[in-house]
Amino acid sequence: MRERTVLELSSLPTFGSGPRSPTWWGTLAFIALEGTGFVLAAATYLYLAYIAPGWPLSAAPPNHWPGTIVTILLVASLVPNHILSGYAKKCEMRPVRIGMLVMTAFGLAPLIVRGFEFPALNIYWDTNAYGSMLWVLLGLHTLHLLTDVGDTIVLAVLMFTHHGNSGRRFADVEDNIFYWYFVVLTWLPLYFLIYWLPRF
Amino acid sequence: MTKAAGRIAGAVLLAFILSGCSGVQSALDPKGPAAGELARLIWFFTVLCTIIWVLVMGVVAGILLRRRQRRLHDPLRVDQDEERTISRVVISAVGATALVLVGLTLLSFFANRTLAGIGEDAVLTIRLTGHQWWWEVRYENAEPNRILTTANEIHIPAGEAVRLLLESDDVIHSFWVPSLHGKLDLVPGMVNTLTLRADRPGIYRGQCAEFCGAQHAHMATLVVAQPRAEFDAWYDEQLKSAVEPSSEEQRTGRDTFLNGPCVMCHRIQGTPAGAITGPDLTHVASRQTIAAGTLRFSRGNLAAWIADPQGIKPGSKMPVMDLDGDQLNAIVAYLESLK
Amino acid sequence: MSSADLAPKPEGILDTELDAESLRRRLAETWKTRSGLVGFLSSVDHKVIARRYLITALIFLCLGGLSAVAMRVQLSGPERGLIGPDLYNQLFTMHGVTMMFLFAVPIMQAVGLYLVPLMVGTRNIAFPRLSAFSYWVYLSGGVFVWVSFFLNMGPDIGWFAYVPLSGPEFAPGKRADVWAQMITYTEVSSLAVAVATIVTVLKQRAPGMSLDRIPLFVWAILVTSFVIVFAMPSVMIASSFLILDRLVGTHIFNPAEGGDALIFQHLFWFFGHPEVYIIFLPATGMVSAIVPTFARRPIFGYLALVLSLIAVGILSFGLWVHHMFATGLPKLGASFFTASSMLIAIPNGIQIFCWLATLWSGGPLRLKTPLLFVFGFFFIFVAGGLTGVMLASVPLDLQVHDTYFVVAHFHYVLIGGAVFPLLGATYYWFPKLTGRMMSERLGRWHFWLAFIGFNAAFFPMHIVGLWGMPRRVYTYPVELGWGGINLFITAGALLFFLSFVLFVINLARSARSGEAAGENPWDAGTLEWAVSSPPPNYNFARIPVVAHSEPLWAERGSMPVAAGLRVDAREVLISTVAEAKPDLREKSARPSIWPFFSALSVGGTFLGSIFTPWAVVWGALPIAVSLIGWFWPKGAPEDEE
Ligand code: HEA
Ligand code: HEA
Ligand code: HEC
Ligand code: CUA
Ligand SMILES: [Cu+2]
Repeated sequence: MRERTVLELSSLPTFGSGPRSPTWWGTLAFIALEGTGFVLAAATYLYLAYIAPGWPLSAAPPNHWPGTIVTILLVASLVPNHILSGYAKKCEMRPVRIGMLVMTAFGLAPLIVRGFEFPALNIYWDTNAYGSMLWVLLGLHTLHLLTDVGDTIVLAVLMFTHHGNSGRRFADVEDNIFYWYFVVLTWLPLYFLIYWLPRF
Repeated sequence: MTKAAGRIAGAVLLAFILSGCSGVQSALDPKGPAAGELARLIWFFTVLCTIIWVLVMGVVAGILLRRRQRRLHDPLRVDQDEERTISRVVISAVGATALVLVGLTLLSFFANRTLAGIGEDAVLTIRLTGHQWWWEVRYENAEPNRILTTANEIHIPAGEAVRLLLESDDVIHSFWVPSLHGKLDLVPGMVNTLTLRADRPGIYRGQCAEFCGAQHAHMATLVVAQPRAEFDAWYDEQLKSAVEPSSEEQRTGRDTFLNGPCVMCHRIQGTPAGAITGPDLTHVASRQTIAAGTLRFSRGNLAAWIADPQGIKPGSKMPVMDLDGDQLNAIVAYLESLK
Repeated sequence: MSSADLAPKPEGILDTELDAESLRRRLAETWKTRSGLVGFLSSVDHKVIARRYLITALIFLCLGGLSAVAMRVQLSGPERGLIGPDLYNQLFTMHGVTMMFLFAVPIMQAVGLYLVPLMVGTRNIAFPRLSAFSYWVYLSGGVFVWVSFFLNMGPDIGWFAYVPLSGPEFAPGKRADVWAQMITYTEVSSLAVAVATIVTVLKQRAPGMSLDRIPLFVWAILVTSFVIVFAMPSVMIASSFLILDRLVGTHIFNPAEGGDALIFQHLFWFFGHPEVYIIFLPATGMVSAIVPTFARRPIFGYLALVLSLIAVGILSFGLWVHHMFATGLPKLGASFFTASSMLIAIPNGIQIFCWLATLWSGGPLRLKTPLLFVFGFFFIFVAGGLTGVMLASVPLDLQVHDTYFVVAHFHYVLIGGAVFPLLGATYYWFPKLTGRMMSERLGRWHFWLAFIGFNAAFFPMHIVGLWGMPRRVYTYPVELGWGGINLFITAGALLFFLSFVLFVINLARSARSGEAAGENPWDAGTLEWAVSSPPPNYNFARIPVVAHSEPLWAERGSMPVAAGLRVDAREVLISTVAEAKPDLREKSARPSIWPFFSALSVGGTFLGSIFTPWAVVWGALPIAVSLIGWFWPKGAPEDEE
């Protein structure tokens, strides 16, 4: 078929951030499906707690301190995360580099404390279903933490190379920030389920 | 050509339908109030759905019939008047669909209520435990010495409601005797309750309906409904210990049984055999089938089963044992006497 | 530096500078899939990947179908000893999982992968490397489960693998693990394609293709992809829990230690019910594409159809308990699911009525093979949907649950509702894929053989189910009188099998020597017919501008297009979500072998985890390396900006 040009695109920008960028939507879709996974795992936990005559099943409630420290760290990390987001939008290289280092640190710190959370649960995964679910929920979140921190480190390194100087990279930083919000937000209900529900 | 083929197929099918209505395990051949209610429900749904289907196919036929009368024109030109008429038809069809669905939902809800109302006055409680791949049947009784344990064959008094408590010892099974009631699962960690009532004396076959492993296909059961007096007599008979062997061969059989591997799994009341991983054999000869409906009870089948359970029911939890011909014959003679 | 410094620099060569001939040449060079093994493994062209998907899924259909034929031969008479319980149980499980996870879902997604970018007027799928990755994961999952089967490790627990039968205690050996990991593979790949599809539809539509101009097929695929995103995690959770129970000794499904067996069923069916619509909705999209073309009018009730699709997508999450009526749930709760299952018949009815209305009021019907299959679809699917309505009634279901009545229902809806439209779609879009028409004469034979064979095979199953024949039995006793009807069923199944042989012959012959098709052999209205058959690797030399839901019908003379994209780098147009206004010129990823390596390392990790949980730890390194390789910029223009 013959063609007639009715629209000129050459002046369009070559990258965009937030909902303008496809990557943002992709991240959102992954957040949706992973979030669904979290919700279903949590629902399983609640279902088992509901049908059990007592919860926790014959075990002492976990020691909540390591978990509380992780929570504080994660919530605190939202501040630099937010600040970094502002710089990434403006594509300012130096603050973004510093911010990525800070976020790497804020990712690694909870991971280290996480190492103390598992023993603090006071139960093993193969003792009973309550123990299993605690380990599953904590493990699921740890997996997300791990992958996101890995992602942050790679991106931080990238920002220090010549590849960093590209609009696309700044959009990547923003997606990383976006995903970190998700990692932190999913933790809050899990923190409640793991450490406080067994106390009621 | 295709029309004729269709007609032949139709005739064949019709013959099948008619011949099958009296099956011993048919949902369309109800022998109790619950199954009767369900059969009515099935017929009602079937007729209604057939009518709906025919109506829709009528429209399809209409489309095919009038397809040649129409003229070619620009595909984007639609006749607004015709469009409005069609809209009205479609909207009414959707409305009718909604009405039918509301009706069917209510119908199904009330049928459920009717079912729940059948036999709240149960006279008898039977605990039915599913095992891979046989049924343990235990008649509850306030007096411990009148508790009765048997297997695979469930006797009930005809015309009276019986409560079944369904449990499982291993995986999920499902208890289903189509001519008496719909199915209900036996789930480990749960107790489900089902009320059965047979209108008339008779033998009704049922079969495990939830896939439960290798021999799911051979996990049948018989429900034997008897007149009250007959049932009571049967019950008393079953409560008795096993009969003493009356011949030399039977005595040898009993000794072989008791000294062999059989005692590890079976119980024969009145003898030292008291294991419960396999079916209770105290009155095994009074049953009509062997191994959960796999074989008809007969001397030959009994021998075949004991000689080679894995050949008859591959995967069954009863192993092949090392018995010579004499031992086998003796055991069979003994078991055959356990009426 | 500030954002101003990163503002678009019109470097590179724009298509505005080129004449038609050199434009095409440059684009073909830029979008080329390299030859050779590395090129083969690196391709990110959605059409190439989709073609691989289609062929692989057809092979799995053949394997699933052959296992069905084996089952039917064993069941053709009472107490047949051809196949023992051990093999039979593997066969029906392999049949179920192959048909559902390796054939039906992937093939629907593959048709979407092929057509959606063409239909929305873009040059490639969003996240092309993710799609390449998902194909390799899918392939390895399918090969893995079938190799296991041939090594006598095939799962034998049914396609829904209920615990405790699939748990550590009652399923020793690796068979149940094979099931669980096959789930993980296929779900990872479905999810990846779903995400890519969603973003393509939301962000890469041609300018002017606002929400009310999206072709219905694309709508169907979009809704399906959303359903995938929210449903598949559920089965992944279920299968992961199962693996944990089996491998590291958790007790999630163990009632003796505070776990519960029914929660597995809830998790499975919360996925499993939407799953059947994941298969069915794309098929409705195919019907919605075929019907207007052959009725020669725009679809009747576009808005109603879109809303019905969305309604079915949403409602499908509220029905899962209707698979569990016999587990002894509280009666009132169960009745709620009767109502919701009845409710879903309304949007399904609306779809049927709208299609019929379209066919009723169009131009002269062209009764070609694609349309024949659509008529077959009406005949069969409506019957299957109505038996679905019967099953939705709690008390009625208690009689027919787990019998051949249910087997009949779901083959009616799966084959009538999904495979028939798929076959029609094959005849319809085959010219686009290959540039050649399929034989109409063989097509008619194929249709009638399939139609008669299908009904002969599956209609009697309703009856034998009511007569009390449970499903998943490897044999049945003589006395029950089911022998004759089962023989009839088997004969029908063989006829149906023959129809597929005819189909394959038609495919092979037409691909080699079919009549040349041209761009738009059916005179259809949607954008995929605007490009040559088969389409060039860049799809559109210039991005079309859309002003109508049937652009090719509206623009008979010439096609309005947009210009200004680069030709020396893979550039696609990103538009706004609702109105599809041009917004960005983004780069689309170049071919890369890293998705292949990522799939290998992910697959290897899944495989290893069957044998030891430590595989997850060891596998982390190759996965991390291949992912970094995947995302690390290589300096091509596509990696920057
Ligand atoms: C493509 C797949 C597909 C589709 C579309 C459907 C559609 C439907 N299904 Fe089906 N179903 C399956 C695939 C599918 N199903 C599978 C695979 C299983 C078994 C899984 C297993 O156990 O292995 C199953 C099992 C299944 C069960 C469980 C049975 C059991 O195990 O006991 C139930 C129960 O409610 C059910 C109901 C329905 C309903 C109400 C619909 C409705 O969506 C149908 C709606 C459509 C219509 C009703 C026809 C069109 C409407 C009209 C023409 C309007 C007029 C109609 C009226 C007035 C009623 N299905
Ligand atoms: C889309 C899904 C789908 C499809 C298409 C089919 C197709 C068929 N099914 Fe399937 N079936 C299921 C999904 C499907 N099934 C599911 C989910 C189950 C439940 C499993 C479970 O209980 O866990 C099931 C169960 C099931 C059973 C019940 C088993 C049991 O409970 O014991 C039976 C029995 O007859 C059966 C038969 C058939 C037959 C004869 C076909 C035929 O239509 C097959 C036709 C196809 C072919 C024959 C292959 C085509 C051949 C080619 C493409 C190549 C030919 C080329 C050359 C020869 C060169 N199926
Ligand atoms: C390891 C356990 C085991 C041993 C040992 C064993 N059985 Fe069994 N037996 C079973 C089980 C389990 C069944 C039920 C099998 C089935 O129906 O699938 C059974 C069933 C039977 C039945 C059929 C009962 C019925 O109600 O239908 C008979 C008879 C029988 N066994 C006899 C014997 C004899 C005789 C021996 C010894 C020679 C023996 N069994 C040894 C486990 C055992
Ligand atoms: Cu027990 Cu099937
Ligand atoms: Cu369903």
